[in-house]
Amino acid sequence: MALKETPSQTAGPFVHIGTVPAIAGLKTKRTEPGNILARDGTLGERIRIEGLIYDGAGDLVKDALVEIWQANANGQFGSNDFSGFGRAAADFETGLFFFETVKPGKTPYRDGRMQAPHVTLSIFARGINIHLQTRLYFSDEANAADPVLQLVGAPDLVATLIARRDPSRPLYRFNIHLQGDRETVFFDL
Amino acid sequence: MSAPAEFLPRDRAWHPAAVPSAYRSTTYRSPRRPLVIVPQSIGELSGPVFGDTPLDPLDNDLIRNYATTGDAIGERIIVHGRVLDESARPVPGALIEIWQANAGGKYRHGNDKYMAALDLNFGGGGRVISDGDGAYSFRTIRPGPYPFPNDGCAWRPAHIHLSIFGHAFVQRLVTQLYFEGDPLIQRCVIVNTIKDPKAIDSLVAKLDMESMQAFDCLAYRFDIVLRGHKATPFAGS
Repeated sequence: MALKETPSQTAGPFVHIGTVPAIAGLKTKRTEPGNILARDGTLGERIRIEGLIYDGAGDLVKDALVEIWQANANGQFGSNDFSGFGRAAADFETGLFFFETVKPGKTPYRDGRMQAPHVTLSIFARGINIHLQTRLYFSDEANAADPVLQLVGAPDLVATLIARRDPSRPLYRFNIHLQGDRETVFFDL
Repeated sequence: MSAPAEFLPRDRAWHPAAVPSAYRSTTYRSPRRPLVIVPQSIGELSGPVFGDTPLDPLDNDLIRNYATTGDAIGERIIVHGRVLDESARPVPGALIEIWQANAGGKYRHGNDKYMAALDLNFGGGGRVISDGDGAYSFRTIRPGPYPFPNDGCAWRPAHIHLSIFGHAFVQRLVTQLYFEGDPLIQRCVIVNTIKDPKAIDSLVAKLDMESMQAFDCLAYRFDIVLRGHKATPFAGS
């Protein structure tokens, strides 16, 4: 019997209550899953990813929830010592979201070619009827041969997916534009 | 090495589109360019696994999980059902997180400015993991409708938000359930971002008298369907 997928609805502005309750101001012992993925002993280069989300009017989206999914430093998903999943709320005042994680390794594309290191992101918020999915690539990696970036094609579109490394520390800045001239490329996976 | 089985493509005409609509919050938050279709590789076919997450016994009891002086106020209800894939196979080990307003339509959240009263015995968040048959159950109170600004004042029908993790990143889903018979459903601009009436009906939890708890709780039934695999090609031929 074939069923239809349950249709999506917006996460709304109060998504924190069910997903990151402490951010909503609820007293909770829950800490997982959070935005700190790198632990003692986690293999790989420690990095920080941070960014802002802008709407089509240029205003900051301060009620978004961002989830990431990535491989470990060896390019493996779901290894025992590194979950690869993180969840961060945009700050209610500044709009900033951040993750402390490790730089992922290369991973195989469906046809066996290798994909450049990347992190997949999902964005949930009021006004977003079905979560938006995108990828973050790293400015200091060889991205030109990446099969997915080749699908994206035009350099100005590819540029929306490249996080810039800070010159002085292992920090990557990745701003997301939901709409407009600098609109981020979003994927249907 | 054979690649893992792919999932069926998402039917984007069945889901609400990310386009501007009568739901005004979409105006500046909906991308204009078409989505880029990406083949599913290992990163899309794997996903975070929560089936072994240690949960607190009260995590799926919203009447008591944030209570301090007594049970939460409101109509006591059970919401239960199964998590299935598009082939109607059960999805065990799925993490379901929920959040909702209290009986008066007020969220326990600093950003909710609605005048209705808080219930200090009600937090409004919970979670559960589906069992081997894909079954799940919450006990909670029926949330109240509430107003929000949208071309003046619009009203949300009573609803519970759900976030679901299946077994693969591509099965990720966030949605809302509504309650059978609520006259606000058809008037809601957020519900009506979905075009197909059958799709809307699939978000309406049905009164389930067989599962009520005598002299305690009414029950509502709500099944969740996650993306399923494409038919596997005959191997080894």
